[in-house]
Amino acid sequence: MRSIILFTLTFGLTVSGISQPKGSVLIKNATVITITGETLENTDVLVQSGLFTRIGKNIAAPRGVDVLDATGKFMLPGIIDAHSHLALASVNEASSPVTAEVRMADVVNAYDIGVYRALAGGTTISHAMHGSANVIGGQGATLKHHYGETAENLLMRNAPRTIKFALGENPTRVHGQGNSVVPRTRMGVEQVIREHFDAAKDYKRRRAAAPNRVAKNERLEVLADILDGKILVHCHSYRADEILMLMRVFNEYGIKNYTFQHANEAFKVAPELAKNGAHTSIFADWWAYKFEVYYSTSFNAAILNKYGVINSINSDSEELIRHLNHEAAKAVKYGGVSQQDALKMITINPAIQLGIASRVGSIEVGKEADFALWSAHPLSIYAIAERTWVDGVKRFDMFTDRTDMRLRANPNDKYESSSITESGRHADACMKDVLDFFTMETMEHSHE
Amino acid sequence: MNKRLFNLVLLCVALISTAAAQITEKPGFGKFALVGATIHTVSDGTIQNGVILINGERIEFVGSNVKPTADYVVIDLTGKHVWPGMIDAGTSLGLVEISAVPVTVDNAEVGNFNPNMRAFTAINPNSAAIPVNRVEGVTTVIAEPTSGLISGTATLIDLFGYSPDSMAVKADAAMVMNWPVSGRRGWFDQRTDEQLKEQFETQLKEMRETWNKAKFYHEMMSAFEASPTGKTRPDKDQQMEGMRAVFRGALPVMIRVDREGDIREALKWVSDNPSVKFIFTSVAEGWRVADEIAAAKVPVIVGPVLRLPSRGYDHYLRPYQNAGILHKAGVLVALRTGQMENVRNLPFQAGYAAAYGMPYDEAVKAITINPAKIFGVDDRIGSITKGKIANLVVTNGDLLETMTQVEKVFIRGRDLPLSSRQEQLYRQFINRDATN
Repeated sequence: MRSIILFTLTFGLTVSGISQPKGSVLIKNATVITITGETLENTDVLVQSGLFTRIGKNIAAPRGVDVLDATGKFMLPGIIDAHSHLALASVNEASSPVTAEVRMADVVNAYDIGVYRALAGGTTISHAMHGSANVIGGQGATLKHHYGETAENLLMRNAPRTIKFALGENPTRVHGQGNSVVPRTRMGVEQVIREHFDAAKDYKRRRAAAPNRVAKNERLEVLADILDGKILVHCHSYRADEILMLMRVFNEYGIKNYTFQHANEAFKVAPELAKNGAHTSIFADWWAYKFEVYYSTSFNAAILNKYGVINSINSDSEELIRHLNHEAAKAVKYGGVSQQDALKMITINPAIQLGIASRVGSIEVGKEADFALWSAHPLSIYAIAERTWVDGVKRFDMFTDRTDMRLRANPNDKYESSSITESGRHADACMKDVLDFFTMETMEHSHE
Repeated sequence: MNKRLFNLVLLCVALISTAAAQITEKPGFGKFALVGATIHTVSDGTIQNGVILINGERIEFVGSNVKPTADYVVIDLTGKHVWPGMIDAGTSLGLVEISAVPVTVDNAEVGNFNPNMRAFTAINPNSAAIPVNRVEGVTTVIAEPTSGLISGTATLIDLFGYSPDSMAVKADAAMVMNWPVSGRRGWFDQRTDEQLKEQFETQLKEMRETWNKAKFYHEMMSAFEASPTGKTRPDKDQQMEGMRAVFRGALPVMIRVDREGDIREALKWVSDNPSVKFIFTSVAEGWRVADEIAAAKVPVIVGPVLRLPSRGYDHYLRPYQNAGILHKAGVLVALRTGQMENVRNLPFQAGYAAAYGMPYDEAVKAITINPAKIFGVDDRIGSITKGKIANLVVTNGDLLETMTQVEKVFIRGRDLPLSSRQEQLYRQFINRDATN
């Protein structure tokens, strides 16, 4: 009966159209965790046409706007995952150490049930990245989880461009060990980056001087855009030495506003990261799945936070993305990060790292209305995400959604649909599509 | 207090806390009185403001209103909670050091049929991962081999000790059998549907043949042993010998099985072998077959709880609800992480099960007394009971809640230093000299 009432209350919010959908709703009496300001008890939040328009007490619903009583519920901005491979038809263009020209926006798979499952964990934005096979991989896509819409409508409008770099074992394994081309070592990784930056600078200079005589080269165009600060770099990295290397190289080439992804050893160079204004996006506790993460600590977030490094906690996994709130709580457990700071690591901090913090990542008037209602404080293990909105459009409702939320079913899919994966640990999603270089046996090993 | 004395006191405190961080510190051992805590006995309810007396490796007394004699070291735990040490019923801890470095991976022997392999043999008591997980309150684990169809015996060990012998609660706790998987194993599995079907059927046939052969071997050998006179002793076969404890009913078979159809097949196997004890483990789709599993009285080890739904069309909550659904059907349920490095997340597996339908007390049992029952050691571990081994965890709150701090861990009566490499790296780098 209760769910029927709730369904009636919330029915009719979804308005889809040709432009990215936007909705309106009035949330009453919630505990509003604004992230950037105070947490507000018994507070109303009005959403109109996809934006937060009023936050306060006793807000009356404008005509045509549905009202939801959220007494006892916690309202948290939509969780943002700065490292994901959800909703991608392919992940690695592992054919060369540098493939800056490829774009994840071209391979968005809007049918991925993982997007719905992420929404069911309160996550509304994910950074769909190229894999880590290449030193300079493809350009990322920042996705809004408008599950049920076209691939075009999953792409966040006007989000800054991003690109994936990767250091250490993955590129040296794929290209050096697998194909006998540079890099086979961390020395080689540095030189691959320098050579390509130099080539891009020369290309830009020559093409500016004689546009008709220098053929357009998309790879070099993208690299030149990185040097011009038009693309945010997100660099897969683990060890402290390779993190320091990239900061030296970036300082030399004048690159700013970058984020080290994974960065299991970032805690060892926290002062250097802070000094360079570099950001980190880490796992809460994953370690030991390969040698370069053997000397990790679950206190990484606490140390980075103490030194003032802007840090986020990411998933890199379609399983972890379902409970990033739980992952953030581990930052409180290990090293006593404040609850407020821990929640920033899954909301405003990843927004900063993706260059979208003026639009999302907190509950503020004027920002885009991505949020979820939780049954308890989201850092509690007993907190259940009950409903999730993206741009004011409700995309998940645990009380009214169907059991089977697939958008497309293949009737012949009897094996594909029952894949059993051991989740909750690093499964090297970053190395998807690199099978040519490894037998299935090896992958199963690294998987287990 | 004058300033100099104050500084001296500060220095002493600093030195003591530094010493406590070192893994070289010896655990305390002897007679302890844990006083003032809320005791979650698991077997006999909760005691407020309770007293636990530890004498050597054992729990000597559990209750309240008792004043310990002077020979006990009194530990004031007012406001704290004491729980039985947690038991993870499925890990590769001690067998695998770094998953991607094959020379450090000792849980997967070559071959499909390895009943003579023993996880116990390959346990590395000095794995860096052991203290990392122990300091979060997991005191005991099943470390299991994983490869082939019959992988060998899993071992039940405490997470403290200098040899597998001293760590072993039960050196050979179960024979691990991997039920052939009729589905895909993950995104990396690119076999065609035809290949999948063929391999599944071949493996099932191979397993049946080998099982029957081992059974025959056992009967033949037992007949000879019963009356050897005048008979020729059959040739000894190590692999076949490995299975004899199973057919004697002395060693349970732990079947790793996930898919609904596979679980049903495995249940047939169970009913075809009434003299053998069975346990199911992993059991991702147990919720689809809960009543049948309950009827067969097969205990299950569910996990990880934090996993993806196995089918695209399944409700997103099924993995979280699985353990609760099985419990409700009447199945004896324990939990597992299936991990090596993050066995410490065991309480969170129980926390998710509790958040999504498993009664709270049952979720706690699923990581304490239930695994002890399943492996036949509930007379020794799994609850805070007089006479049992003193494996205890002290926390500042709810055992299953993420932000709860573990403040003390006792294994076999040892008050263990809460030190691990991860905690040492924290201390080393939290106040790093930023100029060097």
